[in-house]
Amino acid sequence: MAQTLTEKLLARAAGKDAVATGETVLTDVDVLMTHDVCGPGTIGVFKREFGDSARVWDPRRVVIIPDHYIFTSDERCQRNVDTLRAFANEQGIETFYDVIDDPQGRWRFDAAAGPLTSQHGRRYAGVCHSALAEKGHTRPGEVLIGTDSHTCTAGAFGEFATGVGNTDAAFVLGVGKILLRVPESMRFVLDGALADGVMAKDVILHIIGLVGVDGATYRAMEFAGDGIASLSIEDRMTIANMGVEAGAKNAVFPADRATCDFVDAAGKANGTARPYECLSPDGDAVYADTTVIDLSALEPVVAQPPDPAQVVPARQCTDVKLDRAYIGSCTGGKGSDFDAFAAIVRGRTVAIETFGVPATPAVLAHLRQATLGGQTLWDILVDAGVTMTANAGCAACLGGPGDTFGRMNEPLTCISTTNRNFPGRMGDLQGRIYLASPATAAASALAGHIADPREALP
Amino acid sequence: MSEPITGHVFVVGDNIDTDQIIPAEHLSLVPTVEAEYRALGSFALSGLPVADSAERLVPEGEQTSPYAIVVAGRNFGCGSSREHAPIALGAAGVKVVIAESFARIFFRNCIATGELYPVECTHRICDDLRTGDELTVDLAAERIARADGSADWPIRPLGEVRDVIAAGGLFAYARATGLVARRSTP
Repeated sequence: MAQTLTEKLLARAAGKDAVATGETVLTDVDVLMTHDVCGPGTIGVFKREFGDSARVWDPRRVVIIPDHYIFTSDERCQRNVDTLRAFANEQGIETFYDVIDDPQGRWRFDAAAGPLTSQHGRRYAGVCHSALAEKGHTRPGEVLIGTDSHTCTAGAFGEFATGVGNTDAAFVLGVGKILLRVPESMRFVLDGALADGVMAKDVILHIIGLVGVDGATYRAMEFAGDGIASLSIEDRMTIANMGVEAGAKNAVFPADRATCDFVDAAGKANGTARPYECLSPDGDAVYADTTVIDLSALEPVVAQPPDPAQVVPARQCTDVKLDRAYIGSCTGGKGSDFDAFAAIVRGRTVAIETFGVPATPAVLAHLRQATLGGQTLWDILVDAGVTMTANAGCAACLGGPGDTFGRMNEPLTCISTTNRNFPGRMGDLQGRIYLASPATAAASALAGHIADPREALP
Repeated sequence: MSEPITGHVFVVGDNIDTDQIIPAEHLSLVPTVEAEYRALGSFALSGLPVADSAERLVPEGEQTSPYAIVVAGRNFGCGSSREHAPIALGAAGVKVVIAESFARIFFRNCIATGELYPVECTHRICDDLRTGDELTVDLAAERIARADGSADWPIRPLGEVRDVIAAGGLFAYARATGLVARRSTP
C-alpha cells in the first residue's frame, strides 16, 4: 500500500509495514519534550497515575526546556521551574535545560537587573522548538511528542512531531508510547524560489489563508517539490511551525542533504547524536488534496486580527496605523529572522515602540557576533531604536504574567513576527495583532503603519 | 454516562481559541494541585473580548458556573495544547461543549482528562440558542433538545470516546484495556 510521509513515519514507530488513514496505532515515542507551563502538570499526572516512586520510561528520551514564563517575578512561575528541576534530579534526566546552573538551587528572577542583564545560566536553552533543533533533539524518521502545540515545528526535519496535553504526555512518560490516529495528508508542492523581501512566514500565512484556520484539522500537511531546496532549515521550521494554525496534526518536510547536515552538526556539537533514518513518501501515495504553490509569485502578507487565516497583501494595509512592533518567538525570533529585520532597519530609526526577543541564547550570540556593514546586528537593532532583551524566551508572544517583557498591557495595535493573533493573545483583550514576516514587521516599524518591505529593502 | 445532561447554555461563536478559554497569564496554575485546579475554573472563558460577553461564564468572585453547557460555532479550542483549557471548563462545572467542530488537541485533551464531553452538532445551534436557554444533551440517543421540547437536533456519535470520558479519561481507559497495568491495592 502506497504511503504518505506521515504514514511512513507512523508505520515505522508502530513497528508495522504500513498503516491506513483513520487507523489508530500505538506508536513508540523517540523524544518527549515538556516545558515550564505544562511540565509541572504532566509530572503531577505521572505521579498520580504511576505512583510517587515511578520512573520515566527512558530518561535519555525526555527533554525538559523551561522557556515560557521565566523572566517574571511571579512566584508561581519560579516555583514551576523549581518543580522541573526536582523532577529532572529525581529521574536522572540530563537533557534538562535549566534556567540556573546549580542543580540544588532555586530560580529567582531579579526584576531590578533590567532586560539587558542576562539572568540565566549556561545550560538555559530558550524557546523549546528552536532549542530542540539547536541541541540536536530533532532527527529524521523519529516521533517527537511535546506538550506544546508548536511542537509541529520539528516536522521541518522529516519527523512526525505533534503537540499533546499533560495527560497524554504523562502517559508517554510512563510507557514511552502514544495512541495516534493516522491522519490523511494534504500535499503542498512548492515550486521555484522566494523573491527578495518575501519570507517563509509569507509562505505559511499564504497557505493558512488558502485553507482556513481549521482547513487542516485532523490532517497532516506534507511539503514537496523542488522549491524546498531553496528554503533554509530555519525557513522550513517557520513553515512547519504554523501548520497548527490551520489545525494540522503535524506538518512535515522530507529530509534532504541540508537537513542531515544540520542534524549531524547539532548532534555532534551537543553529544546528542544517534542514528536516524530518512523516509520518503511513495510516489503513488494518496493525498486528501494537492496544492501547487509558485514561491516566486508570493508577496509579503499580513494576517489581520482576529485569526491567522485573515491573510491579505501587506501593500493593501498601509492605512493601518501601528502602536508597536514585536520580533521574537519560535516562529519569528530565529537568527535568520533577525538577519532580515536588521538588514531593513540598519541606519534608520523605528517610528514606533519596537521590542526584540531572541528565541534562544544562541540567537543572542549570533546577534552579538554577526555583522552587517561593520556593525553587529545587536548594535544595528539598538541604534535603530529597538528595545532588546538579553533574556531569550517566549516572552510576550503569548502575553504571560503582567511583567513579561514586551507584553501588551493596553489595547494597542501591534505588528508581530509571532504565530497567533486571537483576542488577548499578547495580553490586552482589546489589542489588535497583525502577524507578519520579520521583513514586513521591520518595514512597518520604520513607517509606523503596515508597509510592504519590498519598498524598504536596502 | 447514559443519563441525559440538562442545563443552561452559555453561547459563544467561531474560533474560540485556548487563550480565550484560559488566558495565558493563568497558566502558572498547575491543574494537579487541588486549589489551583479550582482557581482555573474561576477563569474559564475569561479571555473573551468584553464586547462579546455581556455575561461571564463564571461570575466574578466565584469558582463555578451556572452554565453546564457551552455552545459554540466552528473550531472550538483552537490554538495551544494547554490541557488547562478543558480543565478550566470542567473545574467550572461545564459538562458538555457542543460545537460545529473542534480543534484536534482540545478534543483530544477533553478525552484524555475525562473533564467534559466534546459534542459535535453539524447544525449551527450557536445561531439558534441564547445564553441562558435550557438544553438537554442525550449522548446515548445522540440528540440534543431544548428542555421545553420545542426543538431538537442530532449530534455526531462520540463512539468509544464516550466510554473513555465516562471511565474518567485516558488512564482509566488504558487500565481497563490493559495498555497500562492495573493499580495494585491502594
